[in-house]
Amino acid sequence: MIAIERLTVDIHGAPILNEVSLRIAQGEVFGLVGESGSGKSMTALALMGLLPDGATAGGAVRLDGANLLEKSEAGWCAMRGNDIAMIFQEPMTALNPVQTIGAQVAETLTIHGTQDRRVALKIARDRLDRVGLSHVGLDAYPHELSGGQRQRVCIAAAIALHPRLLIADEPTTALDVTTQAQILDLLRDLVAEENMGLLLITHDLAVVSGMADRIAVMRKGEIVETGPTAQVLTERRHAYTRALLAASAHAPDRAAASRPEVLLEVEKVERTYPGRREGFRRGPPVQAVDGVSFTLSEGESLGLVGESGCGKSTLTRAILGLDPVQAGDIRLFGQSIVPHMPRALRAGIQVVFQDPYGSFNPRWRVERLVAEPFHLLDTPPTGSDRRDRVAEALSAVHLSPDDMEKYPHEFSGGQRQRIAIARALITRPRIIVLDEAVSALDVSVRARILDLLAELQGEFGLSYLFVSHDLTVVRAITDRVIVMQAGRFVETGDTRSVFDAPQHDYTQALLRAAPRLDLAS
Amino acid sequence: MRRLPKALVIGAVISAAFLAIALVSLVWTPHPVTGVSISERLQPPSAAYVLGTDQLGRDLASMLMIGAQTSIAVALIAVGIGIGLGVPLGLAAAANRGSLLDEIIMRGNDLIFAFPSLVIAILITARYGPSATNAILAIGIFNIPVFARVARGGALPLWTLDYILAARTAGKGRARISVEHILPNIMNLLIVQATIQFSLGILAEAALSYVGLGAQPPTPSWGRMLAEAQTMIYTHPMLAILPGLAIVVMVLGLNLLGDGLRDALDPRLRRRLA
Amino acid sequence: MLRYIAIRALSLSLSLVVASVVIFALIEVIPGDPASFMLGLNATDETLAALRTELGLDGSKLERYFAWIGGMLTGDFGTSYTYRVPVAELVLDRIWVSLPLAIYALTLSTLIAFPVGILAAANRGGALDYGVMGGTQLGIAIPNFWFAMLLVLLFAVTLQWFSAGGFPGWENPGAAIKSLTLPAIALALPQASILARVMRSALLETLGQDYIRTARAKGLTRRQAVLRHALKNALIPVLTIIGLQFSFLLAGAIIIENVFFLPGLGRLIFQGITQRDLVVVESVTMLLVFAVIVVTFLVDIAYAIVDPRLRRR
Repeated sequence: MIAIERLTVDIHGAPILNEVSLRIAQGEVFGLVGESGSGKSMTALALMGLLPDGATAGGAVRLDGANLLEKSEAGWCAMRGNDIAMIFQEPMTALNPVQTIGAQVAETLTIHGTQDRRVALKIARDRLDRVGLSHVGLDAYPHELSGGQRQRVCIAAAIALHPRLLIADEPTTALDVTTQAQILDLLRDLVAEENMGLLLITHDLAVVSGMADRIAVMRKGEIVETGPTAQVLTERRHAYTRALLAASAHAPDRAAASRPEVLLEVEKVERTYPGRREGFRRGPPVQAVDGVSFTLSEGESLGLVGESGCGKSTLTRAILGLDPVQAGDIRLFGQSIVPHMPRALRAGIQVVFQDPYGSFNPRWRVERLVAEPFHLLDTPPTGSDRRDRVAEALSAVHLSPDDMEKYPHEFSGGQRQRIAIARALITRPRIIVLDEAVSALDVSVRARILDLLAELQGEFGLSYLFVSHDLTVVRAITDRVIVMQAGRFVETGDTRSVFDAPQHDYTQALLRAAPRLDLAS
Repeated sequence: MRRLPKALVIGAVISAAFLAIALVSLVWTPHPVTGVSISERLQPPSAAYVLGTDQLGRDLASMLMIGAQTSIAVALIAVGIGIGLGVPLGLAAAANRGSLLDEIIMRGNDLIFAFPSLVIAILITARYGPSATNAILAIGIFNIPVFARVARGGALPLWTLDYILAARTAGKGRARISVEHILPNIMNLLIVQATIQFSLGILAEAALSYVGLGAQPPTPSWGRMLAEAQTMIYTHPMLAILPGLAIVVMVLGLNLLGDGLRDALDPRLRRRLA
Repeated sequence: MLRYIAIRALSLSLSLVVASVVIFALIEVIPGDPASFMLGLNATDETLAALRTELGLDGSKLERYFAWIGGMLTGDFGTSYTYRVPVAELVLDRIWVSLPLAIYALTLSTLIAFPVGILAAANRGGALDYGVMGGTQLGIAIPNFWFAMLLVLLFAVTLQWFSAGGFPGWENPGAAIKSLTLPAIALALPQASILARVMRSALLETLGQDYIRTARAKGLTRRQAVLRHALKNALIPVLTIIGLQFSFLLAGAIIIENVFFLPGLGRLIFQGITQRDLVVVESVTMLLVFAVIVVTFLVDIAYAIVDPRLRRR
């Protein structure tokens, strides 16, 4: 139905895609897999004629024989949303905030010929029902909907005219695990019902293994391997495919954990947010954490799992002494840190965050960044002593001491996370909290960072509190796990047991929803 | 060395030229501007009077030079007031977002915005009489909410970033974070806004002087020169054109400088590695 | 939506009250006794006492403040000391010059700026864009009263298309508007330049948003995406500027009356300052601030109409 033949794209002379070829049949789900920078999004944009300015495309994209690359802009406009449609990664910003969702879905119809606005709205209503939004009105605005709901609206607008091909570029990456499962189910149903092709672009091998009939693996603008999903994943002919699979399922070697000393005790903690300010009054308060308790022992790796909004970030900030708690107690190294954390204890617990780009002040050099926690010490090291300590931390994370002269933007995402880990190590803490610390990294980079974390744990006897929504990662690196929902702990236990035999409904739902890389042939 | 935007260079040159003229005029002008010499009035340009003389016999060139001094001094101090008071207020509001302090500062800003510089000038001069100082106050007070708003607007998105959380984990308080982390990262915004407010200050000073609420005689001011020239515009247009041109060129230069700085300092235009 | 309007109206009232206190304090309280100021150093005690009674300065500050506010709410703005005529009368005559002038200028400015800004954004990087950016740079730098003088020189004196000044009254609306045209153009030019730039940058900013990409993916042409999606979103920052502009336009109108000999609020205020007629200055200032605060309120309402995210609270 659709064939891409030796597609080559340059942008201002720089090569982006090199002789990419693939075919997608009617009713088929085709997975396009690769890490960031592999060119998968560019391929999709080429299929839509939405390449950025300055791009030149060679080769052919054939729909029923005709080469789309030769079309005029008017020709493309007639096709987009009609024969080929696309949905994107960030549902939160994909919709016009000042227009109703009904109007936005109906627009696809009115652009392509439906004259009567009422008819278009009627069809829009039908489509919104089809994607599972029957309880949401046509005159709702995007800001009233959740991320998953907004993505459904985008899907409704995309399939409004029964396109032959739907391109989905990382459609669920920004969504929760359970929402992700729902959206993927929806897409699968639509493919079957509409007999349309689906080009599913993702970096997540697990997602693609559960969804796609055929896949292609992309790297640096080229397709390295393509074929039926099960075959590609089991045979793994190409070295890169092997590496990708290995990284996805990677679990670092870890020394046996846990000495008896309890370092952190959280007891019946409650955290309530004051409501939002409305003029001079406040709205009703929000219960973010509702009476939770747990302990963390020396050398242990504890996972805290939950979807966005469950309260795990709030709890983390309370444990770090950054936010107050309304009830309960938190004891660190035996001392209570409620209502204020004694300064002397802060050096013992440090944190690594998710976002490699927001983690550092862009104007500070690495030395100053890594040394910032020294502010906690009564007599912080200065001069050459300080530089030595920073060099020591950088070496521990396998970076060069010379790197302390550079600025953050000179490093890649994985390297910046290493710097963040060095910053967390500098005061020789006993506990490190990792708040979604590997979630934003490519799969292969992630595997190496997990290895580093395991190594450091063995070397320095660290305890980790691993906060994440990603079950695969948690499974790979934790001894015990806690599952959190709506401010409460619903299940705790050692990782293997919880993952293999979940007791609570919610845990079961989470595990069911999480895409598993099924390598059994 | 990156190539600087053209606007930046041209703007910087013009602004520097005016600054230089104003500084020179502090110690020297071709002719004194305080004396009145009716015999020399309304002379065309000549070797002695490069641009001619005005209706009271004063050398136009010298008048323009000291006028530059007046305009720059007023606008500069007014910007200083705006930054000195507005930026800390804006930073404090952002650091305590959603609190009563934030609400009060924002309301205060809105209140001052309801009083254009002209109205503030009227209120002050109604009781204290017109003077350059009152013009400075009027323009400066209006600058405060401008800078407070810019500082707060620039600071708010920074507070959500992880490196601020990291600083708090390192035990630093809000005030310290505002100075160490937030302020350096909004500096670009503030510099650009400062050039904009400076150029607006020049225009405001000219308008206030024009209606008599600014610097008083014998201190020359471009605005007042225009007011005095108005009646003679049909017979001696140059008396009205020259001061106006001076204002236009100076403001143009400052705006170009501001635009150029904005482009040069824009982090999105700087190359960064993935 | 209704709740939003109510909250904004409350905010407006609060601002008016605080503004009135500030004006009252600056004119009557902080700088000392108004009566001795008005009469000067040589006034005898008797004349001072007489003036105090006349102006109602006998009461406490609080009493005087409420008397003033109460008066204004009922349309009594006091009696001008120099003209011996109710201030309300003086103001009413003149406000029919200043206010229409400001509105005329605002309309002109918006009518010019919108298409210019939109065209520049649509033509980004092209010759038209550079032309607009250059032209607006110049427009911003020109003092409006100087521009007014040049306009008079060209259109009134040389070409004789317009009169050089004066205002014939509203009995003949055509002639009235004609006499306000040159002043309105002079006022509108710098403001239109600012507004065009804001429109352009707001549009360019919006064009980089994700929902524009979604619109294009649905099959909209570039032009359709701009008109149907980008424009409304770009309006939000533009509205802010329009609101601020009104206050500058009102101030500018007052200043520019000087060039065209228009019998507006300008002359009234400046004479009031020279003659130390505090009654006039106090009430007219309050009126000006009132006008600005009301316009801000209207802009807030306009925001809520454009941006549904604001209507919740």
